[in-house]
Amino acid sequence: MCAEVEETLKRIQTHKGVIGTIVVNAEGIPIRTTLDNSTTVQYAGLLHQLTMKARSTVRDIDPQNDLTFLRIRSKKHEIMVAPDKEYMLIVIQNPSE
Amino acid sequence: DRHLSRCDTKINVIVHFCDRKDEDDGTEIGEGGDEWMHGKTLIKPPDQLDLTEAELKEEFTRILTANNPHAPQNIVRYSFKERSYKPISSVDQLAVHFFLEGNLLHRDSDEARRQKAKQGLPDEKATVALECDVSFFPQLQAAGGEEAGDVEEGGGEDGAHSVDSKTGKKEQKLTNQFNFSERASQTLNNPLRERGCQTEPPPRASFSATANQWEIYDVYLEEMQKQEKNKEKAKAVPKKEDDKVIYVLAKVAKIIERMVNQNTFDDIAQDFRYFEDASDEFREQEGTLLPLWKFQYDQAKRLSVTALCWNQSYKDLFAVGLGSYDFTKQGRGMLVFYSLKNSTYPEYNYPTTSGILCLDIHPDRPYLVAVGFYDGCVAVYNLKEERPEPVYKSSSKSGKHTDPVWQVRWQKDDMDNHQNFFSVSSDGRVVSWTLVKSELVFTDIIKLSLVGAVSEGPEGVPPPTMACGTSFDFHKQINYLFLVGTEEGKIHKCSKAYSSQFLETYDAHNMAVDAVKWNQFHPKVFISCSSDWTVKIWDHTIRTPVFIFDLNAAVGDVAWSPYSSTVFAAVTADGKVHVFDLGINKYEAICQQPVVAKKKTKLTHIEFNPVYPIIIVGDDRGYVTSLKLSPNLRSKPKEKKGQELPRGPEVEIAKMEKLLSLLREPENSKA
Repeated sequence: MCAEVEETLKRIQTHKGVIGTIVVNAEGIPIRTTLDNSTTVQYAGLLHQLTMKARSTVRDIDPQNDLTFLRIRSKKHEIMVAPDKEYMLIVIQNPSE
Repeated sequence: DRHLSRCDTKINVIVHFCDRKDEDDGTEIGEGGDEWMHGKTLIKPPDQLDLTEAELKEEFTRILTANNPHAPQNIVRYSFKERSYKPISSVDQLAVHFFLEGNLLHRDSDEARRQKAKQGLPDEKATVALECDVSFFPQLQAAGGEEAGDVEEGGGEDGAHSVDSKTGKKEQKLTNQFNFSERASQTLNNPLRERGCQTEPPPRASFSATANQWEIYDVYLEEMQKQEKNKEKAKAVPKKEDDKVIYVLAKVAKIIERMVNQNTFDDIAQDFRYFEDASDEFREQEGTLLPLWKFQYDQAKRLSVTALCWNQSYKDLFAVGLGSYDFTKQGRGMLVFYSLKNSTYPEYNYPTTSGILCLDIHPDRPYLVAVGFYDGCVAVYNLKEERPEPVYKSSSKSGKHTDPVWQVRWQKDDMDNHQNFFSVSSDGRVVSWTLVKSELVFTDIIKLSLVGAVSEGPEGVPPPTMACGTSFDFHKQINYLFLVGTEEGKIHKCSKAYSSQFLETYDAHNMAVDAVKWNQFHPKVFISCSSDWTVKIWDHTIRTPVFIFDLNAAVGDVAWSPYSSTVFAAVTADGKVHVFDLGINKYEAICQQPVVAKKKTKLTHIEFNPVYPIIIVGDDRGYVTSLKLSPNLRSKPKEKKGQELPRGPEVEIAKMEKLLSLLREPENSKA
């Protein structure tokens, strides 16, 4: 089970166009990353807040609902966030590569 | 003279004063005095009025009035009654020259009394006492007699004192004027000492939270879960809780992987959903297949796809059975599940020791998969379980087949609510397996015996009595009816009730029947294909085929479409997919398209997706390709203007029936 998840993460990291992956815990502190420290901290902090806000929005509208994932498409690349109860997985991909 | 001189001097004085005005301040009084003494000539100031004698003597009257010279004389007020400004008749002439706020109070006023009360009674008392004394004295005098007066005096004084005590005011000490001295003494002051003690402050943490509707909802949910747990009283050993981050991430990692894949294959995903080949309008009847995702698994490289099955509940999930058709190259196999959402990696995969030849997903319980192996075993996998072994597996003791199992099919639950499935194998048996608790219980349904002229084997060896079943299919509506295709090329129509006899036999093909499938709509029609390059469509009441198609290469598999009773597709060993629509063209395929790159690849299986207009094709290199059907391949009958187009299986049945009747007529006419 553990190996499978590790494998999945590895596959994501080596997937075409993926620039980096970050695992963030519930307080917004990055636990695992493939990027450099400063970038990681920046991404983690900003996206954590955004995800909390997005989740709060979804749940305010319907408390039985919950946020599954969040995609931010920008000119240069796409940031994808999949939140969980305790952790959050952030992947930055360049889809046009 | 003196008068005059005085007048003169007066005038002189005036003049001199004027002089002083004109000059600057330098002159001293002394000097001025001297000047005055000497007398001078008259000097007129330059601005003095020149008046005539008559004018000088004119008398001017001056009146003293009580009017205020500064008061305005012409105040006007707007009168609403007359709607104009009117002058006020009288103007206030009071002029205040000086105003000073004083602080004297009249003795009898309220404020004064209050002040007196605050200051104390001595003032009053004094007056009262005096009054008492005064009052008593006249009485004394009135009474007469000194003694009486003395007593009265004492009484009076007492009275005065009693007044004192009654009112209880502080009285000023009456000090003796002669030898009064005050003495004071001071006691020791105790030294003051401060003492304090400090406890350890309680540990503090700052806490912040939001109270949202969903937070409250979450808390309630947790409470409910806790209560349920308490009710259940879990006796189970507490699971080893691994705090590893990894475990929690399983779900999110999966979601992310799918998203990443979607991005990479974005164009394919868009095509899958939205692309409709516009050029189909120009091609009369033909259609095309648009290649979509390609599924391959590294570990399955040298295996060929031997079975394909879509999941009925999760429309994007399909199962691929991998093994080998080659007798010499038998080895391991694999059961792999793919989802359309992730084409790079399978959702589930189970490696097996023997090659898989067939599989079927239970229609109601999408987590149960029945698998038939090359070594004759059958197994049932439960996708919900974590382990890689099957939940049930048949063994040589429990009646496994002695030859490869070519087809398995789930049936409806039997009367005891056990799941069961059927399998057909080259050893000539059609067996029914029932899942009872943890075992597979088998029942032979029918033994396929060879029908027809049997040639004696060489040297009197008894001819083989069993036919080899290679495929079967159950009727969609009639539960007990099923068809079995054999290696000899015959198709037998059988019933579950009769175990020794066939209801019907059709001389179908010259080589083994690779697939036989009932039509999804029409209850009488079925299709069969074989390695003898032909695909035949039958009406089960007629012993000869209704349609025969020659595809120029060994046909691996054939499948009816789920949306039309007249559309079917076949795959051949030359890598082509043939799609037929009998409603449009009875003789030729409306689409013949090679779908694999390498020409030597044989296509082994094909399946239509129950919902989406795509097909999956498996080949002998282990790849599964998904293709989208162009609109021409999915055509529905044209709408007549104004008429509502009926949909549903009845339409399809009618369509097919029409086709069949066309064919039957010439036969009838012939007969």
